[in-house]
Amino acid sequence: MPKIVFNSPDGSQHVVEARNGSSIMEAGTRAGVPGIVAECGGALACATCHVYVADPFRDAVGEVGDFEDEMLDDAEAERTAASRLSCQIPMTDELDGVEVTVAPEQ
Amino acid sequence: MSEPQNLPARTGVLVVGAGEAGVRVAASLRELGHDEPILLLGDEPHPPYQRPPLSKAFLDGTTDHDTLALRTPDFFREARIEVRTGRPVADLEIDDSGAGSARCAGGDTVAFDHLVLATGARARTLPIGGADLDGVCTLRSLHDAETLRARLARAHRVVVLGAGYIGLEAAAVASARGLDTTVVERENRLLSRVSAAPLSEFLLDRHRAWGVRFELDTEVREIVGDSGRVQAVKLADGRELPADLVVVGVGAVPGTELAEKLGLEVRRGIVVDTAGRTSHRGVFAAGDCTVLPHPHLSDELLGVESVQNANDQARAVAAAVAGVAPPPPAVPWFWSDQRDLKLQIAGISSGHDSYVVRSSSSGNDVTVLYYREGALIASESVNRPKDFMAVKRALGKDRTIPPTAAADPDTLLKDLIIDRT
Repeated sequence: MPKIVFNSPDGSQHVVEARNGSSIMEAGTRAGVPGIVAECGGALACATCHVYVADPFRDAVGEVGDFEDEMLDDAEAERTAASRLSCQIPMTDELDGVEVTVAPEQ
Repeated sequence: MSEPQNLPARTGVLVVGAGEAGVRVAASLRELGHDEPILLLGDEPHPPYQRPPLSKAFLDGTTDHDTLALRTPDFFREARIEVRTGRPVADLEIDDSGAGSARCAGGDTVAFDHLVLATGARARTLPIGGADLDGVCTLRSLHDAETLRARLARAHRVVVLGAGYIGLEAAAVASARGLDTTVVERENRLLSRVSAAPLSEFLLDRHRAWGVRFELDTEVREIVGDSGRVQAVKLADGRELPADLVVVGVGAVPGTELAEKLGLEVRRGIVVDTAGRTSHRGVFAAGDCTVLPHPHLSDELLGVESVQNANDQARAVAAAVAGVAPPPPAVPWFWSDQRDLKLQIAGISSGHDSYVVRSSSSGNDVTVLYYREGALIASESVNRPKDFMAVKRALGKDRTIPPTAAADPDTLLKDLIIDRT
């Protein structure tokens, strides 16, 4: 199973295995990674699973969707070019080792 | 988790109910450094799961069982949270401090120092003839959703009773499958309990465009069957709507039986304060089983059935049990998915005295902003995420958006946020 490296706002790092097809958010919340709130469970309704994707994986995670784009604009933490809602990134073998930093406010 | 496991003889915190609220109480206690043993007792057979997708992505088949899990078994093990499923609590005894013991169905007992009730709610059923016929379904639990999903796969004519969120979500899924779908509602519009007329009208138009028929302002007399199988829904005016599947979406009833046995104050739900404390200082409750002070109407109590409320009440309970400062108050919010419509609701609209509607010329979206004494209290948006985010932010900072300026759909609401006067 591909792995995800989460850097949490509290400074801790968590390496979590994910099923192919499940989202980065799902893998993180089920493992209890601190900082990911993900209140809507991946319905793209809350913008509380905001992460910054590390450079080497920026392209591999794909494009920001239209609705996600609007939600990200108004997310609590600053939006950068690395910003994504982690519920919108399904895991694949190509993303094995992907590193994300959980946004400090959700 | 399939092997029945004995209960420990005693625990520090007993959480009755292993849904969103119960799991969050346990997880938050650990995040706060609380080190005492924690036991979660769930009455359903499944490991803790998310409920919202049941009427949405799970029902339409785009989400599977694994995706519903709230936490992995590893999480519970590493956090030293004991979880027992399929273990309904039959009886509770508590002393003045709130410590006591619980007896499960089957006879096992467990002693505890702290008690948290997170007993959720169950689907309301209709007190009419035929409500127990085969093919009449409610939609609340994973079991309900599995049953309904299987029946949708072979149904032809679906009648949904109730035009609340669950009813409309079920109608959206049924119509997307190409099924003949009719919604029967007692009130004269959709979502009448929570929404203003323009939102009701917007949703009515969209559902009709999907082919859903509506019988509004209509009472159901009985559900008619043959050989135990549902055949039709009989309306008060005598008409019969043929149906091989009936979905009853007429609300939820808080699970208050244990609270009542303990003599706690119950008014529809278990009455709690903002810290999740019940009328017994040592007993806490969180989630759909509770009612809390209404934010706008003094002397009224409000049940808020949402993931957000379950989580935020649970965090407050965990803080109180751990003896640390309560988390800051959160903005209530809620969502619904109906085919290509995403509804996002911020704040509590009941108690509003006026509203403002924003809608783009495309007609594909709408936001209703709710006001009380000139101040913004809530909004409901369909496919207008920026409006939702702006209102949520304004309410979180106790600020407002002037109603006159808000009516222009092309002005960003976030640029209009001002202090309340």
